Amino acid sequence: MEKTLKISKIKDGTVIDHIPAGNALKVLDILNIYENNSISIGIRVLSNKIEYKDVIKIENRFLEKIELDKISLIAPSATISIIKNYVIIEKFRVDMPDKIRGILKCINQNCITNSGEPVKSEFNIISKEPLIVKCIYCKREMNSDEIIKNI
Amino acid sequence: MLKNRSLVSISDLSEDDVNNVFLKADEMLGYINNSKKINIMNSKILATLFYEPSTRTRLSFESAMHRLGGSVISMADSKTASVSKGETLADTIRIVESYSDIIVIRHPLEGAALLASKFSSKPIINAGDGSGEHPTQTLVDLYTIRKELGDINDKTITIIGDLKYGRTVHSLLMALIRYNVKINLISPENLRLPDYVYNELKNKLNITISSNLEKYIDSTDVLYVTRIQKERFTDKNEYSKLIGSYKITLKEVDKMKDNSIIMHPLPRIDEISPKVDITDKAKYFKQASYGIPIRMALISMIVGD
Repeated sequence: MEKTLKISKIKDGTVIDHIPAGNALKVLDILNIYENNSISIGIRVLSNKIEYKDVIKIENRFLEKIELDKISLIAPSATISIIKNYVIIEKFRVDMPDKIRGILKCINQNCITNSGEPVKSEFNIISKEPLIVKCIYCKREMNSDEIIKNI
Repeated sequence: MLKNRSLVSISDLSEDDVNNVFLKADEMLGYINNSKKINIMNSKILATLFYEPSTRTRLSFESAMHRLGGSVISMADSKTASVSKGETLADTIRIVESYSDIIVIRHPLEGAALLASKFSSKPIINAGDGSGEHPTQTLVDLYTIRKELGDINDKTITIIGDLKYGRTVHSLLMALIRYNVKINLISPENLRLPDYVYNELKNKLNITISSNLEKYIDSTDVLYVTRIQKERFTDKNEYSKLIGSYKITLKEVDKMKDNSIIMHPLPRIDEISPKVDITDKAKYFKQASYGIPIRMALISMIVGD
């Protein structure tokens, strides 16, 4: 059977692959996208690895560490490919940091980090599967759904 | 060694630290009983920053520092202080640390004491942060059990009341992990221990959860009663429904076994009948009095030479 690409190749930029099906728009939501970034999105694309997956391809955009950390919380299975002149020059899986600093809002409204103090929120990872993080300030735990809503 | 260390959570203290605080508190109790003032803190200043009302905790810290020969400075009512002008806690702490040698803070938001400790080079003592922790109350509670019953191990401790918002309960349970105790948690359904606290404890403590005190009262060594925290309810109707949902009277005291005790972090509203006060089981006023030797011990171990 002839293989065809549902999403066309990009010349320079980043491919975020193996996003759990249905989470592509959440991933896109936390990225800083500029005028020259053309974006292709595949939602519920059949994959060899997992049944269905989402894929995002962004032209002329290379992700920063903080964006990779955020993606690791929304889509821990995601892989990142960096493309230069149509060639993959680097490919890696997102790596969840041990501490999450300044990228997540604590769900507890009564937490000191939500009161305008000059301090970044900070969470420890309690469990990666299922994902549970814990605020080091108020000790409140957040699950995957709560993390996605507060990232 | 507690020297120059902050006390934000009871988990900051090792078992040895806790035992050393108790030994020091015994020594301090000796000075208090002999009305002897000791001057080991005579060049030191303790600052109290209370952003929430307090009677016992604040006065006992101040009394403890005075008994040690030190001085105390306090923030006026937080409504009239610079915090009402919008100053951050971080800024207030950076100023107050240059005015004092140790800072005691109570704040309505969870995590406030940890934040304070990050902005201060001087030790911070958490005197209550929202519904978070109240570690010095926990030391007082453990010390009371030890003094009144001889040992904390092998006891059945029944905690009744507001387990959802009561920070003294959260801190006490965290501390009891280190002891061989059986815990009964009795509360109305909607004031149960929050999941985030329960999850931390469930594999480390022998806990039974119930709404029925009757079933557990005759096997209890320590009945720890707490008030329903009116100030933490956003819905005042909800509070009205729960107030008075349990009450310790002479009827309950009669069912308790010999050598068992009743404790309460105080203030009480109506959860313990005043008639119980004169029974030999009522130890809550004695518990409050132990606040002085415990806080003297802590201050002297943290800022003493």
